[in-house]
Formats: sequence, C-alpha cells, structure tokens
Amino acid sequence: MASLKALRARINSVKSTRKITSAMKMVAASKLKRAQTQAEAARPYAERMQRMLAALAASAAGSPNAPRMLIGTGRDQVQLLVVVTADRGLAGAFNTNVGRAARNAIQRLEGEGKTVRVITVGRKGRDYLRREYANRIIGEYSFAGKKRVEFSDVDEVAARITAMLAAGEFDVCTVIYNRFVSVISQVPTEARLVPLPMLEAEPEEKPAGPQAQYEFEPDEEAILAALLPRNMAIQLFRALIESAAGEQGARMSAMDNATRNAGDMINRLTLNYNRTRQANITRELIEIISGAEAL
Amino acid sequence: MPTLLEIVSPDRLLLSQPVDMAVIPAAEGEMGVLPGHAPMIVLLRGGTITLHEGGRPTSRLYVSGGFAEVTPERCTVLADEAVPVAEVSRSAAEARLAEADAAYAAADKADIPALEAAMQRQQAARAMVAAAEAA
Repeated sequence: MASLKALRARINSVKSTRKITSAMKMVAASKLKRAQTQAEAARPYAERMQRMLAALAASAAGSPNAPRMLIGTGRDQVQLLVVVTADRGLAGAFNTNVGRAARNAIQRLEGEGKTVRVITVGRKGRDYLRREYANRIIGEYSFAGKKRVEFSDVDEVAARITAMLAAGEFDVCTVIYNRFVSVISQVPTEARLVPLPMLEAEPEEKPAGPQAQYEFEPDEEAILAALLPRNMAIQLFRALIESAAGEQGARMSAMDNATRNAGDMINRLTLNYNRTRQANITRELIEIISGAEAL
Repeated sequence: MPTLLEIVSPDRLLLSQPVDMAVIPAAEGEMGVLPGHAPMIVLLRGGTITLHEGGRPTSRLYVSGGFAEVTPERCTVLADEAVPVAEVSRSAAEARLAEADAAYAAADKADIPALEAAMQRQQAARAMVAAAEAA
C-alpha cells in the first residue's frame, strides 16, 4: 500500500489538474458562445448567395462555355482535399475524427486510381496526415493565435484554390471539416466545392417557372466569373467557422468529462488515504497495547 | 408598398429594412430600385448605396463591391464590405487608394484581366475617398 505522503501528493496533483480542466472548460464555453454568434451572423450571406447562385447556375449550366468552377473540368482524376481542423488539441476526438475521415477519403480515392492532393488548414490536421501522406500535402495554412477567423484569412486560401483550378491542377475539390451539429456533437463532413453539387440536385425544382426569369447586368458570364470565386471563399469560410465553433464545443465537453473524472479520482484517492491513515493508527495502537502487555 | 432592402456582408447581416427606393452602384451605372422592379441580378462596383424614404435620401452606405439580387418585393445586396458613410475613415480610404494606385502602376500592362481588376480596385478606393469626403 502506498505511503500516506505519496497519497497526499497524488491527491494534490489531481486537484490541480481538475482546476486546470475546469478553467479550460469555462474558457471553451465563452469562446463557444462567440464562435456560435459568428457562425450565425455569417449564415444570411451564405444563404442569399446560394439563392443567387441557383438562379444563375440554372441559366448558365447549359451553355458550353460555362465556367470551370461551376461545372468542373469534366474529369475526376486529380482530387484536391481541403482538410480543416483545429490548431490545438485537448478537444477529445475532434481533430482525430476529421483526420480519420481524410485518411479514409485518401485511401478510397487512391484505391480508385485517382491522384490525391491535400491542403490542410489547421495544425492538427497537418500533423496527423504528415505521418502517412506527407508527399500529398501541397499546402498548409494555420490561423493559430488568431482570436477568430476573419473572412480575409480565408480569401488567401480561396485565391490559391482558384488559381490552381485556373491552371488545371485539379479536377474535383472537396472540403473535409467538422460540421457543428450541437455542442456535444460534431460530424466530420465532406462538402464538394468544385464542381458545384447543386447542379445535380437542380432538375426537380426547375419547373418552378417565374422565378427563373432574371435579367443580368452586365451579363451572366461576368457575374458568374465574380460570384463563383466569392462563393468558394464563402463555403470555405463557413467550413472554418463551423469547425471553430465545433472545436470549442468539443473541448468543452472533453474538459467537462476530464473535470468529472478528476473529481471521481480525488474521491477514490481520499477514501484510500483515510483508510490507510486509519490502518496506521490501528497498527500503532496494537503495537503499543501488545508492548504494554508484554511488560 | 415599400421594397425590402437587405445588405449583408460575409460576416453579418448589416441592414434589413423597407425603403421607398434604394440607389445602388451597379457595374454599369447607378441604378434606382423601386418596388415592383423587374427581377435582376447585377454586379456592383465600389460606391455608395443611398436609401430613400418619404421622398428624401435618409442614409448612405459605402460598399466596396459585390452583387445585388433585385426582385419585385426585395433588393438583396451581397456586399464584399459595407460601412455606413459616416463611419468611413478618410485616412483609411486614402491609404487604400494609394495602395490601389501602386498596385495599378505595378500591374503588367499586357495582362488585361489583371489590369482591369487593378483598375476596379482603384475605382472602388476612389469612391471610398469620395464617400469619406461627403460625410
């Protein structure tokens, strides 16, 4: 049985761990609130953009010189994956889940004989994929140290992807990120950026009629040329802020668990400590009494 | 019946209110949007959006570019960046103009699309300076 001193030291160390985890939980909770507000504030723009894009896509998709960003290159040989994770750990399985989803996707695509390229956003995803797939990673971004994700940060990544598409360096682009479902649930999700998935879902709502008759100024192509890169940036931005909110949620519940576990452990150790102390007292008493009897 | 004007930027919904008329800086010239306007999707250049209520302009916002969707009931502006004219800072506007001028001067004169993009940025910055002056 451990000595009393060792037990006391152990209890103190678990107590300070509990203080840290509960503080981290509080911090995550307040950051979560902020991230959630940001995610909600960004929603109107994305929704309206989607609506506009649907109207435009319907009238432009048929034309033979529709932009590449809308219909893709017509092939699916080179696949670009954008993997969005957090920069910090201690958030439960948050980063690992995305990492695993990315790994599965890479294995699946390579199994089909496709070429895979990866851009990572966030340090943890890079660290995870670097071990096995270092040579597929062509770019890495990290916004560590930033209080919140700004739209201008995302622009940089989106500009890179746009340039790559223009140069024909990939055919299909997919983002893998943690979708924020609720504070305790984040689902790793794959979302396609290029070609736009809405085209395939289109036909059923086509006969809606009157709302399709937009006029365009200057013309459809000029608007699409400006709108599509914008849409790409918005989709990425959305993935990033959802992931940021998810990270805080995941950290909050991970730290909540850790705090609870630390509490349980303290209770167990305290019980153990008291028993040991009692045992020591009893033993000493027995020694004294039997010593006295021997006289 | 007024038309509903909505101005959204990537990080938030800036404004959503009924107005009698909105004048938006479309790529091919200012455009007044009244209730019952034909459905349109337009590209915006840098400039100011003016809200008209009760026959006079009530407030003005600077946008650096974006898109607008006009329907008979509604006018939705997706701005790259939107700021009420009163809050446009003169010095920031001038700094941006200087930057845009430099970028234009540095741009490859043979690369027409890049040149045009640089020119658009320049014009947006000029509009911003003008907005700051008007405020």
